[in-house]
Amino acid sequence: MRTIARSPGTLSAAWVIARKDLAIEFRTRSAFLSALVLSLLSLVIFFFAWDPTAVGPLDLAPGVLWVTFTFSGLLGMHRSFGVEARDGAMDALLVSPVPREAIFIGKGLANLVFVLGVQVIALPAIALFYNLPVTRSFVALAGVMVLAAIGLACIGTLFAGMTANTRMAELLLPVLALPFFVPIVIPAAQSTADLLAGRPVSESFGYLRILLAFDLVFVFACTVAFPFTLED
Amino acid sequence: MTSIEVGARASDKRGFDKFAWFAIIAVVATYVRAIWFTPPEALQGFAQKIMYVHVPAAWVAFLAFGMTALAGAFWFFIRDPRVDRFAESSAEVGVIFTTVVLISGPIWAKPIWGTWWVWDARLTLTLFLWFLYVGYLVLRSAVHDREIRARYSAILGLLGALLIPFIHLSVYMFRTQHPMPVIANPAGFQMPPVMVRTFFLAFISFTILYVAFVRARYALATERDALDDAAMAGH
Repeated sequence: MRTIARSPGTLSAAWVIARKDLAIEFRTRSAFLSALVLSLLSLVIFFFAWDPTAVGPLDLAPGVLWVTFTFSGLLGMHRSFGVEARDGAMDALLVSPVPREAIFIGKGLANLVFVLGVQVIALPAIALFYNLPVTRSFVALAGVMVLAAIGLACIGTLFAGMTANTRMAELLLPVLALPFFVPIVIPAAQSTADLLAGRPVSESFGYLRILLAFDLVFVFACTVAFPFTLED
Repeated sequence: MTSIEVGARASDKRGFDKFAWFAIIAVVATYVRAIWFTPPEALQGFAQKIMYVHVPAAWVAFLAFGMTALAGAFWFFIRDPRVDRFAESSAEVGVIFTTVVLISGPIWAKPIWGTWWVWDARLTLTLFLWFLYVGYLVLRSAVHDREIRARYSAILGLLGALLIPFIHLSVYMFRTQHPMPVIANPAGFQMPPVMVRTFFLAFISFTILYVAFVRARYALATERDALDDAAMAGH
């Protein structure tokens, strides 16, 4: 792992920052609980937005699931830089002897855990409410979720960092991030639909490839771009 | 003399100048030719005339956003506020032309396709391009420090350029309904030469219009920055 680090200690510094953020989140649980309640609420509300005799739960579920993940993920990402706003915590982080890439990777990892945490609870919930066969091709489904969560966390972290200093951060973050979520949500929702419908996993390879390519390109691009978003 | 007077005097000279008039005359000439001197298309009739707005506007929209992304990349090397002002101007003009594309398209699609909107690959791409650059302008308006604003804009412009192929790829997986390229078609032109000439005239006049708009918008940005500087110095 060390060989891909830009300078010695980048990844270990990132790990420390991720653990710090997760510890804060674990002790307060404010963002995670709100994100979770938001997910469960939207799963329930969306169910009543369509006529269940016209649109089957199996057709409805993938879209609902991904809209839910997107918006609840944004809640956590907005908070990831919000926690640094008080007591000049961000400045302390900047003067600490860690590479700036490490701050991004650390925050991104914490956000990834956040999104995965929401998914781990929301997926069984939707399986229960919508009576979905999620155990069918579960490994492939989990792969789609992880690949999509990496992309969501990466983009969300960069834009959360950028908007944190602006006046309308909570409004600006979704406006900037949602267009970037399109190439994540479309393949993720489509392959989820295919997998839930019991189609062979090989039919989802095209979508999985887009997700993988997106992750590779944007994890690299955002890690390079993030240091430029910070004040010198 | 206050800075506001300086700004007012400068705007008399710059922005709306001879070049802007040239652009307007070129566009008017294009439509005189497109409406009266180019025969209507055999199957689509008069509705096809809107393509002389739609297609060149789409060209300018993509040109404008390409220039914004390029200016973003360029800004990182020279960090010149003029490059950022150009990016800002080009993005704003691009949003206007994309709006024209998104409005003129459905007006044509209703009689020809029978529906205002379809979730076809290119329509969706254009729509998200519009969202992306409206977000770009909103971001600019939310950041007051000029240096940070330039940096954020450059990053967003570059990431936007990276995003476009991914949006295209992901929406292309839906079925596509858009007419395939008629001019840059490898099988050769399928349009009568008289229409091709009108299209080329439209492309040229719209590009001139783009330059005129960006010049005017750039002059405005320069004056706004000068006004800010004067206000800062006054404090």
